[in-house]
Amino acid sequence: MCCYGAARHGHVKEGMTVKIGAPKEIEPGEARVAMTPDSALQLQKLGYECVIETGAGAAAGFTDAAYQAAGVEVVKTAAALWKAADIVAKVRPPNATEAKRFREGQLLISFFWPGQNEKLMETAKAAGTNVIAMDMVPRISRAQKMDALSSMANIAGYRAVIEAGNNFGRFFTGQVTAAGKVPPAKVLVVGAGVAGLAAIGTATSLGAITYAFDVRPEVAEQIESMGAEFVFLEFSADELPDGAATGGYAPPQSPEFQAKQLAKFREIAPEMDIVITTALIPGRPAPLLWTKDMVAAMKPGSVIIDLAAERGGNCELTKADERVVSDNGVVIIGYTDFPSRMAAQASTLYSTNIRHMMADLTPGKDGSVNHNMEDDVIRGATAVFGGEITYPPPPPKVAAIAAQKREKPKELTPEEKRAAEVAAFKAQTKNQVTLLAVGGALVLGVGLIAPASFMQHFIVFVLSVFIGFQVIWNVAHSLHTPLMAVTNAISSIVILGALMQIGSSSVLITLLAALGIFMAAVNIFGGFLVTRRMLAMFQKS
Amino acid sequence: MDFGFTIAAYAVAGVLFILSLGGLSGQESAKRAVWYGIAGMAIAVVATLIGPGAGLWLMSLILIAAGAGVGYQLATKVQMTQMPELVAIMHSLVGLAAVFVGFNAHIELVNVAEVLGAAGLSFPQPEGPMAPPVYELIGTLSNFAALLAKKTAVEVGILRVELVLGIWIGAVTFTGSVIAYGKLAGRVNSAAKQLPGGHMLNAGAAGASVLLAAMYLGGAGGWTLILLTLLALFIGYHLIMGIGGADMPVVVSMLNSYSGWAAAAIGFSLGNDLLIVVGALVGSSGAILSYIMCKAMNRSFVSVILGGFGGAKGEQQAIEGEQIAIDSDGVAAALNEADSVIIVPGYGMAVAQAQQAVSELTRKLRTAGKTVRFAIHPVAGRLPGHMNVLLAEAKVPYDIVLEMDEINEDFPNTDVVIVIGSNDIVNPAAQDDPNSPIAGMPVLEVWKAKQVFVSKRGQGTGYSGIENPLFFKDNTRMFYGDAKKSLDELLPKIA
Repeated sequence: MCCYGAARHGHVKEGMTVKIGAPKEIEPGEARVAMTPDSALQLQKLGYECVIETGAGAAAGFTDAAYQAAGVEVVKTAAALWKAADIVAKVRPPNATEAKRFREGQLLISFFWPGQNEKLMETAKAAGTNVIAMDMVPRISRAQKMDALSSMANIAGYRAVIEAGNNFGRFFTGQVTAAGKVPPAKVLVVGAGVAGLAAIGTATSLGAITYAFDVRPEVAEQIESMGAEFVFLEFSADELPDGAATGGYAPPQSPEFQAKQLAKFREIAPEMDIVITTALIPGRPAPLLWTKDMVAAMKPGSVIIDLAAERGGNCELTKADERVVSDNGVVIIGYTDFPSRMAAQASTLYSTNIRHMMADLTPGKDGSVNHNMEDDVIRGATAVFGGEITYPPPPPKVAAIAAQKREKPKELTPEEKRAAEVAAFKAQTKNQVTLLAVGGALVLGVGLIAPASFMQHFIVFVLSVFIGFQVIWNVAHSLHTPLMAVTNAISSIVILGALMQIGSSSVLITLLAALGIFMAAVNIFGGFLVTRRMLAMFQKS
Repeated sequence: MDFGFTIAAYAVAGVLFILSLGGLSGQESAKRAVWYGIAGMAIAVVATLIGPGAGLWLMSLILIAAGAGVGYQLATKVQMTQMPELVAIMHSLVGLAAVFVGFNAHIELVNVAEVLGAAGLSFPQPEGPMAPPVYELIGTLSNFAALLAKKTAVEVGILRVELVLGIWIGAVTFTGSVIAYGKLAGRVNSAAKQLPGGHMLNAGAAGASVLLAAMYLGGAGGWTLILLTLLALFIGYHLIMGIGGADMPVVVSMLNSYSGWAAAAIGFSLGNDLLIVVGALVGSSGAILSYIMCKAMNRSFVSVILGGFGGAKGEQQAIEGEQIAIDSDGVAAALNEADSVIIVPGYGMAVAQAQQAVSELTRKLRTAGKTVRFAIHPVAGRLPGHMNVLLAEAKVPYDIVLEMDEINEDFPNTDVVIVIGSNDIVNPAAQDDPNSPIAGMPVLEVWKAKQVFVSKRGQGTGYSGIENPLFFKDNTRMFYGDAKKSLDELLPKIA
């Protein structure tokens, strides 16, 4: 544990307040910023002061004045900011210049990619800077609020569709107009992670017919819930890799599986107008899923958006950060900065992720950081701490959510399933036979002592009870009140008895029967009218 | 008119009644189904009026018209929130009618025996063909009496069994329904109350009834029948008094079932097949409904009928934390931010007549592009399907009103849940605390949503008298106050 508030003796201005600062991103083309006026207000509620480099939010649409209005101190230079801030929040990993500004006891929160940036980790270790890598936040449900990869992937997925629409010469939705019929666009999304699902949702809501593929069969339900059709491969379940074991990412696959997968893509490629690929394997180059011949098979004017371009691309023809047009007129887009292209939205979400991370780091809401290395989430995201490199983290104590989901369907092999079905069927049969035997015995027992004239009525009774049981089970739950009202109304069928008796010679009988008729009539009319009233109210939206 | 025609009409009516019940499987077909029921009833009544056995048909028509007038008044004046009371009180009418018809059968039986006895003829009839003088005499009797006069000894015995059953069930239904009505309408204290002696009294009365029935069948006079009726009236009263207000859905459907069995028993004693058919249909329908309700509460039928929740089986989990209140501004802010909202209505909504305000809230939220759905627990309210009817009255589209099984999995993905006047059906103790009196009862898992607002009058416990840990959860905020007033205050603040 380490308290930054106590550690910074040298440069105290007023009191011991800890400052969080966000510099302007240096990377060319990066428009995002790690702090927005809104997130600054929230950070101040945690007891921190906020600092920002002048112009840091300009590209994302946040002016210095807006920051000042939110109580954020604006400093002139990056150097001044790194000096003033005890906690530095960034988007991209620091470059060499920025790394020189690391200082003892400082905390850096940023995308860091520790697996690929060992040198940077060494620098931080040497400088005594602690690093929380936003890309290392464990994918457990508690940490979802700070899962910046997911929030950025969500934007990338959305933007991919918009970008595709921008390069695609037709409508997404099918239309029949006076000027002719327009067929709907067919969109294939490969990889149903966060980005893939966001792309599916966006494409579907624009009216496209959306198909999606993922190597993890358990996401089929999510895909369908977003309105896309799952492209199934015929492959037996035990041959599939266990996607859940790798923290929710799809694992590398067997060669046979890959071959089948490519064959399927080849088969559907000519039909697809837009292909969005999002397949990534952690710590490895992106898998090659869309080969040259598939591109060649596509119609001219089709669009491929490769969200894996940064890691080599899923499409063979992808060039990172470029828009390429193939020989047959297919546009292949390999931009790697989709989130930055929606800088305002991306900054809002990312700064909120940072703010949640700070909230977890500040359990007391007292403006001092409690860097609790026992906490799964904080431990998992920390790459450098107290002069030590702490990457890679031990596996989190809480297993990924996806792992638990997988177990249920796994338990039931086809044989077990069938066995369960057979057992259920047997139990049902046994139940029914027992009931029938008992019921039959009872009926026969009655038959032994009762006269035939009674038994004729008794048959009617038994069959009616049976019909009642059969019919009522199907009544919708929401209609139970109308059902009661109807059955109440028709139970006043006792009026028939009273009607038959009213003609009696006895005055007493006539009187009682008359009362009976009157009451039953109240019931008949009241019951049916009330039912009609109720049913008339049920309406569809 | 010929007897054969009446039977044929009865067959048609029977088919129509079955179609009527079967049609209730869907909202749209239900609208047609009511007409089947009405047609069936009309055919049955007309066929009986013009068929053999009926007399004084002018008076009958006048009585029916008078009944229709009263029924019309009742049905059109009643508030939808009073629907449970109405259904309950109407059951009592059927029960009482059945008692009257049963007594009539007994009186007529005695009359017939006297007439035949005075003429020196035997009654009941011996086996085999009847003697010619009996035929002559029967010709002078009224139709119903003639029917009875033809019976043999065994047939008369069975008729008496059915008659006793019909009267007994009818009487229990009558007082039971009156008490259920009183409890639902708030005229009788809805808490479970019993006279000293409790269920022993009921058991004693039931035992005495069996004894009296045996005496009556053995030839004892009409006094046994009257005494038996009084005992049945007492059982109906005492049984339902011992059952608390929240179990009324089960009670009402149970009484519904009884009124059906009473009709069937009367049908046997009158030898009328249509009465038997309809009685059996109604009886089994009520029984199934009661079963569905009990299953939804994870309680056995017997434990509901014997009244009250059983005592806790062990130490109940202590609840930590405090109930945090929130005002309408806070709720409005959360609603304005939310994308998906689920509303869980309960009896409190009905009491406060808040369904219109709920509907208005739904409309506003839906206009703002949010997903709004309703989660209905099978035993929410005081009548099966009570909430559906109230929401339908307030013009909430029925396709966003979902059952527990349909919606329970969606709570984790829901931003805001608003619980309006329900308590036990959203109690997590049912799942978490094996010692809770409601342990194992299926509940709506509202606490899995991101935020839960509970609109509630005060800090009291629900019907079952157990604390609800939901109210103490971190993501729960209590929105105290009368549901209607709270919502009216909230509405203008929704963007």
